[in-house]
Amino acid sequence: MAKRIAIECSHAISLAAKLANVDVVAAYPITPQTHIVEKLSEYVADGELDAEYINVESEHSAMSACIGASAVGARVFTATAGQGLALMHEMLFIAAGNRLPIVMAVANRSLSPNLNIWGDQSDMMASKDCGWIQIYAENAQEVFDFTLQAFKIAEDERVMLPVAINFDGFYVTHVIEPIIALDQEEVKKFLPPRKIPSYALHPDHPTTWGPIGLPDVQTELKRQLEEALRNSKTVIKEVWKEFGDMFGRYYDFFEPYRLEDAEIAILMMGGHCGTARIAVDRLREKGEKVGLIKLRLFRPFPDEELIKLTKNLKVLAIVDKAFSPGGLGGPVFTEVKALFYNQKIKPEIVGFIAGLGGRDIRVDEFMVAVERAKKALMGEKIDKGFMFLQVRE
Amino acid sequence: MAEKKVFFKSLKDLPKEDFFVQGHRACPGCGETIAVRLIMKAVGPNCIVITPTGCLEVVSSPYPYTSWAVPWYHVAFENAAAVASGVEAGLKALMRKGKLEKKRIHVIAIAGDGGTADIGLQALSGALERGHDFLYVCLDNEAYMNTGIQRSGSTPYGAWTTTSAVGKIMPGKLQWKKNVPAIAAAHDIPYVATACPAYPLDLVNKAKKAVEIDGPAYLHVLTPCVPGWRIPSNLSIKIARLAVQTGIFPLYEVEDGRLHVTVKVPKRKHVKEYLKLQGRFAHLTDGEIEKIQKRVDMESEKLGLGPRET
Repeated sequence: MAKRIAIECSHAISLAAKLANVDVVAAYPITPQTHIVEKLSEYVADGELDAEYINVESEHSAMSACIGASAVGARVFTATAGQGLALMHEMLFIAAGNRLPIVMAVANRSLSPNLNIWGDQSDMMASKDCGWIQIYAENAQEVFDFTLQAFKIAEDERVMLPVAINFDGFYVTHVIEPIIALDQEEVKKFLPPRKIPSYALHPDHPTTWGPIGLPDVQTELKRQLEEALRNSKTVIKEVWKEFGDMFGRYYDFFEPYRLEDAEIAILMMGGHCGTARIAVDRLREKGEKVGLIKLRLFRPFPDEELIKLTKNLKVLAIVDKAFSPGGLGGPVFTEVKALFYNQKIKPEIVGFIAGLGGRDIRVDEFMVAVERAKKALMGEKIDKGFMFLQVRE
Repeated sequence: MAEKKVFFKSLKDLPKEDFFVQGHRACPGCGETIAVRLIMKAVGPNCIVITPTGCLEVVSSPYPYTSWAVPWYHVAFENAAAVASGVEAGLKALMRKGKLEKKRIHVIAIAGDGGTADIGLQALSGALERGHDFLYVCLDNEAYMNTGIQRSGSTPYGAWTTTSAVGKIMPGKLQWKKNVPAIAAAHDIPYVATACPAYPLDLVNKAKKAVEIDGPAYLHVLTPCVPGWRIPSNLSIKIARLAVQTGIFPLYEVEDGRLHVTVKVPKRKHVKEYLKLQGRFAHLTDGEIEKIQKRVDMESEKLGLGPRET
């Protein structure tokens, strides 16, 4: 029976990986992810999880070992953050291109320099084009549910892609929260063991994997990856619906908040949505028609769904916890701007970069962002459409 | 002393069947593909092979063709040992949990010297330390041949490569070759050996022994490269033999920490016999050749090889 427990968010991921009965865990410590793999080590040591636990010597080898284990048909899990994800970068593309259903938790952390172990989303965003399904979670319940769902999505024959569950370093990872935890029987019903594919590496049916691809095949290969990611949206919806029907918690690509009659909406991903909700409430008290759109799915990007959801909005204030130096703003901001470019009716889209390297985004700062976005609608444009929200000058 | 087990008394004991098959695009006289063909005959079909980026990967797998009659996986350059770790752990977990039929499947990484001595050394060390049950083979052609003959940590002293150029003031590579078998042995793994295709029986027996052993095994194979060593294609085996007979590349095994030479060299030939056949050493002065000879004498003495021919 599902029961309500208090659990650290990191441990909620470990618990989900245990309930998913993973076969192989490849682990390397890095703050703020380490609690996840520590707890998994305890599970294995206590005989609660029957898995091969590979203490790899780097994150590059973590993902390499995951690739090898997944290629023989094992259910595989790993976790990383920040510099660790950056070191894995090369392998991320191969995991996706070779269509391996690996599930990885990313405790989002800022990239060096300076050495900064705290949260922002610059790690995953530097690898956003790696071909993985990328989901962002806000709290312990989401990371628990998303991890279980991720295996089912990844291993679906129509998908066969790795999934990254992102959650903010410290702001989410280290927080103890109440969740409804499922038990083993419930998880078994929702998530059967991985079916070993007929093409898995095995001497009974030799296959050649990862050959050299000349220019005559590379385009088609890349295009197939694009199709697989696009098509995965259908499967994600199905799996989330099935999960909701079984356990009563339904998920969508977005979680709108007080959006019904809103003219302005904050759009962002991850743990700071909680603070943004308070800002929305305060502004509502002042009579402002403000709402929040929490974006859960970054890849594949829910394009048509976002257009539909925002059709009555006048202003979208997008808060990114990452940016592209010398580029055109934060990754969610540039994505959304590109999406609306060809739309006849579109909101004013304003970008804010905030919450870098673990700096908190306060309620009043969200309110400032909304105020500034409103001014942009009235004609007081921001140079290039985006700005840093919290710079001390 | 561990029991000396002979799996193949002559090459006729090897299976007729090939598991690394014809049609690959290696150069005529390639030492590497000769070695791989022999190793695969010795190991047999019950294996999974991991090959990092390099000559072997490129010549054997141009999509949609393959020379591999066994399951084979190329992932990237620096991580063959890490991928092999995952393959081994995955099989182990799946078999223990009843998801795969229980049987011994040999996991073998076959890499080049760049992928072993340089970029792949960390992953190799990690996998050896963790004790995975796998065989790691380094095919040592002593440079990055796939990218066009660039110097590696395994390139010998004095050799010309495109990045250890011979010029007015520089005489080729200035450093000695990295001793990777010694590094592997320092992990206290059950089995380390050196081999070369000029001694095929020695090679196949070592390959077979290495995969049969529980735990990690490391096999370092000298594989002459026709374009990279600047040698005629009909001389690669002869030159490999001279590498052994001069003491430049001794053939030995390290079992449970004890080293013994498997191909005795009672009278070592002078290193110039080996060097003079190769264009990559053509520029060496007598002084530099003597420097190499001195180094080989010193190493040979450590291993208990015979004295130099006079």
